[in-house]
Amino acid sequence: MGINTILFSVLSVLTIFCAIMVIASKNPVHSVLWLVATFFTISGHYILLNAQFLAIVNIIVYAGAIMVLFLFVIMLMNLNSNTEQRKNLWMKLAGIVSAGMLLWILISAVRTYTEQLGKQKLNATFNTGNIGLIKNLGSVLFTQYAFPFEICSVLFLSAMVGAVVIGKKQ
Amino acid sequence: MTLLVIDWALIIEKLILIVVVVLASLVIALYSTYGERKIAAFFQDRIGPNRAGPFGLLQPLADGAKLIFKEDVIPNAANKWLFILGPAMSMTAALITSAVIPWGNHLEIGKRIVPLQIADVNIGILYVFGVVSLGVYGIMIGGWASNNKFSLMAALRGASQAISYELAMGMSLIALLMLTGSLSLKTIAAQQVGHLWNVCYQPLGFIIFLVCAFAECNRTPFDLAEAENELNMGYHQEYSSMKMGFYLFAEYVNMFISSAVMATMYFGGYDLPFFNPANHSANFAALIGIIALMAKVLFFIFLFMWVRWTIPRFRYDQLMNLGWKKLLPLALANMLITAVVILWLHK
Repeated sequence: MGINTILFSVLSVLTIFCAIMVIASKNPVHSVLWLVATFFTISGHYILLNAQFLAIVNIIVYAGAIMVLFLFVIMLMNLNSNTEQRKNLWMKLAGIVSAGMLLWILISAVRTYTEQLGKQKLNATFNTGNIGLIKNLGSVLFTQYAFPFEICSVLFLSAMVGAVVIGKKQ
Repeated sequence: MTLLVIDWALIIEKLILIVVVVLASLVIALYSTYGERKIAAFFQDRIGPNRAGPFGLLQPLADGAKLIFKEDVIPNAANKWLFILGPAMSMTAALITSAVIPWGNHLEIGKRIVPLQIADVNIGILYVFGVVSLGVYGIMIGGWASNNKFSLMAALRGASQAISYELAMGMSLIALLMLTGSLSLKTIAAQQVGHLWNVCYQPLGFIIFLVCAFAECNRTPFDLAEAENELNMGYHQEYSSMKMGFYLFAEYVNMFISSAVMATMYFGGYDLPFFNPANHSANFAALIGIIALMAKVLFFIFLFMWVRWTIPRFRYDQLMNLGWKKLLPLALANMLITAVVILWLHK
């Protein structure tokens, strides 16, 4: 058992704990903060996989920007555990169904992966592969995946324009 | 059976380095408060603190002791845990930024080469950004958990300001990174040793970065998060004792760290002009490097204070206009021009 395995186990336990706390917290602000903690532990996993760029971008974008906006909204709407109302049975049912479908997809993905591993006699390894480093990721994004990358940026642009248009109306 | 193979020398070396860097940041931040008051006094034709010790040099210690021994009040209606978490996060975020800054080249102790940098990660400058964006949480959580309208308003202001200026800051950095081709602060500093400093290639980028650094540190003219005449006092209104002290202190640590980042990225880091480290022993060169870097850092800290006591505070809409309508387009233009010039020169 090397240091990587120990780190991986610790990080995984932390990740799952934080993720459970996100949905278990009554206070929405606590939920957001636990979610931020979850992003951190996931970034830890990225670092274990030698994807430092992904790790830090995950923190900057999700923990640093998106979750701050979440906090903004929650603080401004002043949501509290007492004002929270979720009594609609159909909503609960829909939630259960969609979560179950997500679980289904995840399990099938993990299963196909492990089956392939078994076929190729491969072991999952830590700290190998350099695709997560900024240089390699950048060159791949701008050569092999240039088209989808640009499409994504157009998508973001349209979202931004849409937000401005909605904001201007009022 | 060995469970873990650990390089103890490395761990001890890093531990000492971390302790030294954290202590140095704290002491410099402590004496920045003294410097701030003395400089303010100088600008306003006063004398400033001069009672505690010679020249009032013990004043920051007296202030610290006073803050620690004051009664620590947690408001009844406050969210207790988050109320404590707020200042803790502010302080932590301020302190851990120093991990990627190269304080000098390297020391030679016996045969061991000790780099004067806690961690040389290849995404150094992005790490600084990541941690800085966390500093926002300290303000937001503290402001919200106080359960005070003014605190909340100040927290929202502070957070939106930090997010807005981070964009222009990132854009101005991209232009610099095109030049250096590396995100590691150590590489960026090493590239400048014996060459022209980056500020010569990126003057506009540096000015944008400087302005954004002022905004990120919540310093005047951008200290709208603590505008007394509009918000009573700001996001730390309900805080007392050392929790309050942490918030105030984190500002000074932030100032120190951002000065160090600016010195490293634009002003050659530990490079001293007309001094060739190859001609001297490694330890002597490292010492000179540390002194050179500290001199640059002190200059930037002075600049922070100089601006604070010279320029009045912006209005909130002016602040947002400056960030989004002036600095961001300027930074974008700077980035484009840099890219074009680099392409042109390579052909």
